[in-house]
Formats: sequence, structure tokens, C-alpha cells
Amino acid sequence: MAIDFTLNGKQASVDAAEDTPLLWVVRDRLGLTGTKFGCGIALCGACTVHVDGVAMRSCQTSVGDVAGASVTTIEGLESAEGRALQRAWRELDVVQCGYCQSGQIMQAADLLAATPSPTDEDIDSAMYGNVCRCATYHRIRAGIHRAAEILKA
Amino acid sequence: MLAKIKTPQISRRGFLTAAGGAGVGLAVGLSLPGFAPKAARAATDGSFNPFVLIAPDGTVTVLAKHLDKGQGILTGLTTLVAEELDADWAQMRADHAPADVEKYKNLFFGVQGTGGSTAIANSWQQYRKAGAMARAMLVEAAAKQWGVAASGITVEKGVVAHASGKQAGFGDLAEAAAGIAAPADVALKDPAQFSLIGNPDLRRVDGVSKTDGSAIYTQDIVRPGMLYAAVAHPPRFGATVASFDAAAAKTVDGVVDVVQIPRGIAVLAKDTWTAFKGREALTVEWDESKAETRSTEAIFAEYRPMLEKPGTPARSDGDAETALADAAQVVEADFEFPFLAHAAMEPMNAVVDAKPGTSVEIWTGSQLPTVDQTVAGQIAGVEPGKVTINTLLAGGSFGRRAVPNSDYVAEAVQIAVAIGGRAPVKLVWSREDDMAAGFYRPVYVHCVRAGLDADGKVVAWQHRIVGQSIVANTPFAGLIENGIDGTSVEGANNLPYKIPNLSVDLHTMDLGVPVLWWRAVGSTHTAYAVETMIDQVARAAGKDPVDFRMDLLSEHPRHAGVLKLAAEKANWGGPLPEGVHRGVAVHESFNSFVAQVAEVRVRDDGSMKVERVVCAIDCGVAVNPDQIRAQMEGGIGYGLGAAMRNEVTLTDGEVDQRNFDTYEPLRIDDMPKVEAYIVPSAEAPTGVGEPGTPVVAPAVANAVFDATGNLIKALPFARHGLV
Ligand code: FES
Ligand code: FES
Repeated sequence: MAIDFTLNGKQASVDAAEDTPLLWVVRDRLGLTGTKFGCGIALCGACTVHVDGVAMRSCQTSVGDVAGASVTTIEGLESAEGRALQRAWRELDVVQCGYCQSGQIMQAADLLAATPSPTDEDIDSAMYGNVCRCATYHRIRAGIHRAAEILKA
Repeated sequence: MLAKIKTPQISRRGFLTAAGGAGVGLAVGLSLPGFAPKAARAATDGSFNPFVLIAPDGTVTVLAKHLDKGQGILTGLTTLVAEELDADWAQMRADHAPADVEKYKNLFFGVQGTGGSTAIANSWQQYRKAGAMARAMLVEAAAKQWGVAASGITVEKGVVAHASGKQAGFGDLAEAAAGIAAPADVALKDPAQFSLIGNPDLRRVDGVSKTDGSAIYTQDIVRPGMLYAAVAHPPRFGATVASFDAAAAKTVDGVVDVVQIPRGIAVLAKDTWTAFKGREALTVEWDESKAETRSTEAIFAEYRPMLEKPGTPARSDGDAETALADAAQVVEADFEFPFLAHAAMEPMNAVVDAKPGTSVEIWTGSQLPTVDQTVAGQIAGVEPGKVTINTLLAGGSFGRRAVPNSDYVAEAVQIAVAIGGRAPVKLVWSREDDMAAGFYRPVYVHCVRAGLDADGKVVAWQHRIVGQSIVANTPFAGLIENGIDGTSVEGANNLPYKIPNLSVDLHTMDLGVPVLWWRAVGSTHTAYAVETMIDQVARAAGKDPVDFRMDLLSEHPRHAGVLKLAAEKANWGGPLPEGVHRGVAVHESFNSFVAQVAEVRVRDDGSMKVERVVCAIDCGVAVNPDQIRAQMEGGIGYGLGAAMRNEVTLTDGEVDQRNFDTYEPLRIDDMPKVEAYIVPSAEAPTGVGEPGTPVVAPAVANAVFDATGNLIKALPFARHGLV
């Protein structure tokens, strides 16, 4: 059946079983591939998107549950936090393979929206669920601090 | 030599390439109006070798013969070209080259391949020459156009200029340069003139696309009419399909087909999720008569007694046996190392469009395209040359995308052939498939015995290693020399410490578990055994671990150099916060030298936290210092995560770990602060992707010993309640 929601500010409608994970709807049906598949069971954060502004694991979010909601993926991340994070990430060259980084940035944007000046401990607890197998964690921390600084400037 | 090649993509002018340059047979291709790099690539044939493309808008695209799986080689090779081209960094672009062994072989391997931390090392001269040659052609074109002598022309930051005031961008000259013969040879810059090589402020060429979701990985490829495939693999290595029932799977809405392939049953569907659901509905009976059914405990139990028997010698100096018998003191330990999965962030995958008997086109991130071409060609009944590979960014690899039998690529080709090539196929492995599919870092057990004389001098060192060979029974078996697979003993047989009586020997074991190189390969276990034992010996001799090593490294200045730098930067011997202990290790791998000092807090409850790692590397000329530091940071995290809590175990042959709950990766709160320092060097550049990885575990173990008096002999640390 048709499920309607807002995706990156535009109306989206998909004909899919309600229990289909949002991840696969976004990637395979709607063609936005910036959101990544890493584990499928909410253990890695590669698939993180925002649903009504809150970071969610799209692999464990049914498309039926976002009917009428507003979904933002990395491609549509336009918040001040998102922009600052992208800039900080580029300044510090946080990425290595990059596969986890959409999820990292989506999660970090959620953190900065709630906590504009996070400590290392805040960062560790907010980002705990986002795995980076290239272990760019050192720069992810630095990147979040730098983004916080950019937002204050 | 000049030639023009016409292709459908090139309507107005031919694609010009010029071959020259003795030795490596360099050529530089200059693109003409309307060319995207891909069109230009399609225009090349076997006799040309383009690394550099210059578009009319002035952008310079470097075609990288190596796979970027995160290590930053697109940036590295682009730096080499840009330096000699005197380009502006902002005009540089990079893309992966196609699979073509003639043009794009790894000069160390003879096949096209990325591995052994060789990408910069083997390309160092080649890519610089490609840049210098393109520069010479641009200068020559400008000289002709302006009627001036080439010698009076300068090139700086992408601007070609003459004292007369004339100037032009690369794009303005690209077309004219197309009529110029490449010089037979070109002079390369003196390192003192470098402005991009060694510049810490260059940003990665893929930094934007990897932060806005636009970077395309294999997982993101969509082809017209493509079907998505999930494969049911056997529960045990070596099992085969006895029978299967696809009826229920075929009733899943969106499942298109179910086919048998050598390794299992593939479900094809209209999207990934449906393929997974279809697979769940399959019933498969497996024939396990030839399957590996041993548990990991049984494997260790078979390996351990081998430590008592002499193995095949890998190194023998003096007489270690006698020296040990005569030693005043013997320090001895056995070590056990588990299977490790690579667990790259992007599970293995490949997209294949096969026309059986005619051609195959593959989209994947491959470390060994030449091997993949051969394997795919055999499956589809075509010559390797008819196998086109589009190399995509890889979401990590750590060795997993360099498989001698191309396992997942082969699977995708088999599926595409099984459906008669009627649609392109995207094979998607789930995390569970990826974790349980094998190709692990092998299990090893080691024994090290060191003998000291009455003055506390090390007089004997005997190191025995037991484990599976990575290259045996593969096309790489030729690497085995005198019964020794070098990948099993590297890091042990090249022990740098000056010890008069030294023996290293090896027992190669046979097992049905597929094994593979895992970031830093042999050093992942040898460095641990060697560097924890040398620390034990230092302590037995009553010496400081850094001083003791320094004394034994008198003939190895590069080891000594990194050790000294790391110790200085870590303030070795200086005060530490209560409860924090230091440990050190130094190791050479892939011709680079790395020392690390780890600061570890061991809490009263026995848990630990690595708080800081100070790292020094000597990798010759530092092409991209910031990327070298990034590889040290990432390499340390990767090695630390594995050492702390990763192991793949088998119960009756079945893999126990399936996802990140049972194979818990390093997470952000585990990550220490890392400080990485680079030893200034004029030597040719060497590897950085792997050498940071093997050093951290022994450094941490030595700190833990300092805190607890216990040497961790069986990895991971979690076995000992330390995490
Ligand atoms: S793919 Fe969703 S958390 Fe890993
Ligand atoms: S950058 Fe590779 S997994 Fe995070």
C-alpha cells in the first residue's frame, strides 16, 4: 500500500509493505544511497537518518512508522549543525573509507542540536552506537568540537 | 610515439596519448573538449598508459591504478602528479583506473593490485614522471603558441607563464598540447623544491563526496533492470548443497528467481530487502561430508603440541639450542592468536553484468583486479581481457577485498551466468554473511624462549610459529620458499635485535577454514610475540625497556630512530597519573618503522582503558603527512579493537560470531588519544596503511604487565576480563 512521508523536504510516496525497513526504501526504492547499510540490526549507525529531527537507525525503522513524518537523509541535511559538521569534517579530513560517515554526521548533528558545547564524554555517549571500522574516532571527536566552534562564530 | 584512437564517445577529435619514458613505459593522455574521464578511459587501448587527463576547464584528473579503501591513495597519487605538474591543488581530481594489467600493474607485483602497503612506494617515480611529462607537453605547447623558448616558461599553481607577460591555464593549452610529442625522458624535481609533497595542509580529494552522501560505493551501484541477490551459504566451510526447496521463497512478493551456484543458493529479487526475505524462506539441505567440523578449541589443541617439535627453519644464526641450554636465565612464553574477521564497514558485494561467452562487466572495489578478471573470465567463458572492471571506492577492506579466488566477485558472476545474463546482478552480503564467510586472519600459536647470560645480556632467542599458510593452495603459492610462507613468519624472522644465537621456525598446518591477509598480515601476531617477549627479557635483565631495546638496535638506526622519537614525545620515564602505566613496542613492517608508547589505565576491577598512544613512524619521504597521521590513528584503532575483544570462534566448524554484537568493534569510547609523529627522511616512501596496526597490542600488553605483573599470552584481552 502507498505510504506517504516527507523526504528531504519533498513529498515521497512508496508502495511497500509497512514493515519494510526505511533504509531499503530510501536506498533501493527512492534512490538515495548516501544512507548506508552496515549491520541491519541497529548496531553500527551507518544507516542513521533524522525522523522529525531525531536521529534514528533506518535499518530498524519500518517505513510504515514514518507515514506522515519528515525524514532527512545526508543528502538533505541542511541544518546549521549539519553544515558546520560537513565543514569541520573537510577541514580536519575526518573521513577514511567514508562508508560510516553519513551516519556519523547525522548522529553528530542530532547531538549538536541538543548540546551545542559537548564535552568528550558527551560525544562518546552520543556517538557510541556509530561504528567506524577505519577508527576515525579521534578525528570525529575533534570534528564535533570544531563544528561546535564554527556554530558559535 | 603518437596515435589517435577513434571511439564512439569521441566525436570531434581523437584521444591523444603519447608513450615514452624508458623503463616503466609512461604515457600521458590529454583529454579534449567534452571528455569525461570515463570517456577518455574507454578510448585507450593496450599500447597506451594514461595516468593524467586534463580537461578544457583546467581540471586535472589522475587515474589511480590502486583501490582507495580509505587509506587515501587517490589523494596520494594525485599529490605525486600535481607536484611535478606544478598544478594548483584545487584543480586536481582523481578517479580509479580501469582493470588493465599492462597499463596499471603494481610495479612490485607484476599484476594490478593494491596491498602490502605498496601503493605509494611502487608509484613514487611513475606518477611523478606522469606529472612531469604532462607539464613538459604543456610548456612545449605554450612555447609554440607564443613563439618563445620553452626554457623561459614557468609553471606555478596551474598557471603557465612567460616573462613577456603571456600566460595560460592548463585547460587553455590542453588542445594544443595534444599535438606535442611527449619527451622521451623528464627530470624530476629535487625534493627541496616540493611544495605539495610533504604539505600537511592538502585536503583529501574525496573529502567532500564522503561527507555529503554523494560518494558512490559498490553498494550504491544501480544498473538498468538490475536484480538484487542474496546467497544462502553453507553453515560449515566446505559443505555443499545436497538439495533445496525454493517453493516458499518464490512466493515472496518481489522474488524473481532462485538459482544454485557452487557455494550455495542465490535468491534474486527486485530489491535487497526482498532478496533477504526470500532467502529466509529457502530450505536447503547441506552435504557436510567434506566440511571442516573442528571447533577452535580442537584446532588450538592440535597446534599446541607442535611447539615441542622443531619446524622448518626460517632463520638460523649461531646455535640457539645450545645457547639456551647454557644460559644463566631463560625467559619463555607461549602465545595464542585467534581467527580475526576483517569486518569492513561495507559488507562484501559486487555488481555483474555478464554476457556468457561474450563479455563481463563488473562494478566492485577490488584490490586484485587482475585476479578478478581471470576468475570472472573462467566462470563466464571469456578471455580475461573481455572482463571490464569498474573500480569503486571501497567501504574499508583491510585485506578482505584481495582474495586469491575472488570469492564474492566469483559468486556474483556465477549468479549472473546462472540466469543466462538476462539482467545485471548486485550481490549483497549481509553483515552475517560477511562475518561467517571465512577468509580470516589465521589462528597461530607461538613459543618464544630467550636466554640471558650472567650479565643480563641476551645470548639466545628461539621463536617457533604454528599456523595455516595464507598463500598455500592459491595462485600465490609461489611465494612459499624452502617450505616457508613468508607471511607466516614476517616480523619474526627479520628480528632486528642483535642476538648472536637466533632461530625462527615454522609448522604450517592444514585446515579447511579459508584464511587471508588481514591488515599487517604476519606482523599482526609476530610483533605481539616479539615485542612482549623482548620487554619480558628487559625486565628479567633489570633494564629499562626502551634502553634495553636501544642497545640491541645499534645496527638498525631506523628502528632506533622511531623508538627514540616516540619515547621522547611520550616523556618516557616521566611521571604519570595514578593508575596509569606505560608500555612500548617498535616494529618494522612493509619497510616502514613504527614505535608506539601506550598509556593504559588499569582499574581496580581489572578493566582497562588505553588513554593515549604516542606513535612515531619512519616511512621515508612523507608524501601526505596528514594522511600518514590518519593511517596511524586508524591503524592503532583497528589493531587495538581486535586485541581487546575480537575473535572468530568455531563450534563444530560453525562460526559463532555473526554481527557486531558478538564481534564487538572498537567504539568511540575505547579510542585513545593518538599523537603521531613522522621522522623526517629522504628515503623513498614506504607503506603506511598497515604498519601502525601491529604495534599497539604489544605496547598495551607491556603497559598492562607493568600494572599487573601478568603477561597476556592469549588474545583477545577480553578473555582475561580486561575490557
Ligand atoms: S545498518 Fe542500521 S545500525 Fe547498522
Ligand atoms: S571511515 Fe571507514 S568506516 Fe568510518
